Amino acid sequence: MSTIDILGFALKSLRGYALRTGLMLLAMAIGVAAVVVLTSLGEGARRFVVAEFASLGTHLLIVLPGRSETTGGPPLLLGETPRDLTIDDAVALNRSRAVRRIAPITVGSARVSYRRRDRESIIIGSTREFLDVRHLTMGQGRFLPEADPRRASPVCVLGAKIRQELFGGDKALGQWVRLGDRRFRVIGVLASEGRTIGIDVEEIVVVPVASALALFDTASLFRILVEARTREAIPRAQKDIVDIVRSRHDGEDDITVITQDAVLSTFDNVLRALTLTVAGIAAISLAVAGILIMNVMLVAVSQRTSEIGLLKALGASGRRILVLFVTEAGALSLIGAVLGLVIGKIGGWIVGRLYPALSVSTPWWAIVAALAVALGTGLLFSMLPARRAARLDPVQALSRR
Amino acid sequence: MIQLQQVHRIFEVGDQKVHALDDVSLDIKRGEYIALMGPSGSGKSTLLNIVGLLDRPTSGKYVLDGQNVTALSDQSQAEMRRDKIGFVFQFFHLVPRLNASENIALPMVLAGVPVAERKARVSRILDAVGLTDRAHHRPDQLSGGQRQRVAIARATVMEPAAILADEPTGNLDSASGKDVLDILEALNDNNITLIVVTHDLDIAKRARRRLHMVDGCIDSDTTTGERK
Ligand SMILES: Nc1ncnc2c1ncn2[C@@H]1O[C@H](COP(=O)(O)OP(=O)(O)O)[C@@H](O)[C@H]1O
Ligand SMILES: [Mg+2]
Repeated sequence: MSTIDILGFALKSLRGYALRTGLMLLAMAIGVAAVVVLTSLGEGARRFVVAEFASLGTHLLIVLPGRSETTGGPPLLLGETPRDLTIDDAVALNRSRAVRRIAPITVGSARVSYRRRDRESIIIGSTREFLDVRHLTMGQGRFLPEADPRRASPVCVLGAKIRQELFGGDKALGQWVRLGDRRFRVIGVLASEGRTIGIDVEEIVVVPVASALALFDTASLFRILVEARTREAIPRAQKDIVDIVRSRHDGEDDITVITQDAVLSTFDNVLRALTLTVAGIAAISLAVAGILIMNVMLVAVSQRTSEIGLLKALGASGRRILVLFVTEAGALSLIGAVLGLVIGKIGGWIVGRLYPALSVSTPWWAIVAALAVALGTGLLFSMLPARRAARLDPVQALSRR
Repeated sequence: MIQLQQVHRIFEVGDQKVHALDDVSLDIKRGEYIALMGPSGSGKSTLLNIVGLLDRPTSGKYVLDGQNVTALSDQSQAEMRRDKIGFVFQFFHLVPRLNASENIALPMVLAGVPVAERKARVSRILDAVGLTDRAHHRPDQLSGGQRQRVAIARATVMEPAAILADEPTGNLDSASGKDVLDILEALNDNNITLIVVTHDLDIAKRARRRLHMVDGCIDSDTTTGERK
């Protein structure tokens, strides 16, 4: 019996029981579609996060005050109060030859006001380098001037939305705004460029780091962004930073240095694991579809007992009967799986239209895995019914009508 | 061509043993026309199934075309069945979702006969049984007599050496029963061995050789010179 004839026979039997076939196709298709949609979403989320991080620059190191118990993560709930990370510490980091530039950062929130209008805003204290390290662009005016980071100066740069809210259509450059109880002159406005990880640059006010420390009455920086000269220089820079700060802090290791790469790969791993988990859960529905196929095939075998007897009388061996039934289940699973892929793709496309930021894309391995699992369960679960059919005694099978 | 030697077939139902065939020995030559008669439960179907390789004797020897087939594997028995034997059943046993042509072609599909040859043989045989205009009808669109003719066409399409018919007219009115028998006898004229199980004495009289069974034994074996 040729392969084409075997397939033809299987497809004809499937067509012969349209309702049964339709339901099984549906079960298989739903399972596969679930796998495709869920992995697409997971993969989309992963790519989104990775792209966001990459936009921050990949030779970036972040220095935080306080020692982290686990390597890589920032200190979250730590008992001891670490020594302050000061502007002097930041400036000292420039001694390392692996470091291209540094941007000390302090963050707080304060009331910003201009004439009658005011609002609460995030205030970032930093230096000229912040612009380059965070890849920001200016909308109007200039950014903070090149200056000694230890010197305070009453100038500020506004996020686009803050400017809009305080000034409306009026000219902002050169005006004096109030931050808390101090006055600052607006020297620039940031271009609006949407969200990046962490903060919305449209809703910040940037001032020189020394001014911010004075404003919040503290000596400790929130963190120091350090850009290494090259990607290869990152480990070297990390070691230098630790050494320099240790020598300045009486031999104590009381800072944490995390690299962009480490954060990136952590996120990458977590999100990939999440995608796999979700895909695995969806795959359970495929197994359910497989069990459904088994049950329906068992019913089919008992419904078609006399046909099986007939096939044997016409010269089909037990093996041939087995192949015919397994082929039937295999064809069913494969058609269902392809249907599911199409449905899943359409579903992914719709989600992509609704949430354009999530670059929904189905990883090739998910397609291969969904097809393989669908076909695998179909074949596996049809073995039992097919063997039962193959073993039927033809005389008894024929006596059933 | 068909030789049975001391064949027994014992069914075990629970702890009871049913001796369906009790020491049957039989010798059938190619081209014979045999009517198998006997009361219900006397073992006619069992005998036919063993001759057709659908069932195996509990003991005894079966030689088909000079070959001892008792010990053959499932696979080889299936092949012999396909190539040498054609079955015709009381209840037709057509595949309901296949049309007449497809039902007739089924043994050739199983045997891997090329498509072109299949088509040629099917149309030739449809013509022989007078069903050319019903080629694409499904079984439920055919009368009983037409169904049985499709079944006979299917049984002969592989050009078997023997046709085994178990009460082929049992479910038909007398007119279509006669048609069916005419077709079977025409095949017998072409040197195909024909064994027909029947309860109808008029039908049995048409055969040259008549076997009568009682309780699993052949109690009479008569041969008349000519077919009526
Ligand atoms: N599969 C079976 N299991 C048990 N007993 C059977 C089986 N097949 C046939 N028999 C018994 O064997 C005897 C012969 O049956 P069968 O050959 O069908 O008779 P006939 O065709 O002459 O009516 C009967 O008593 C029947 O009950
Ligand atoms: Mg019988």
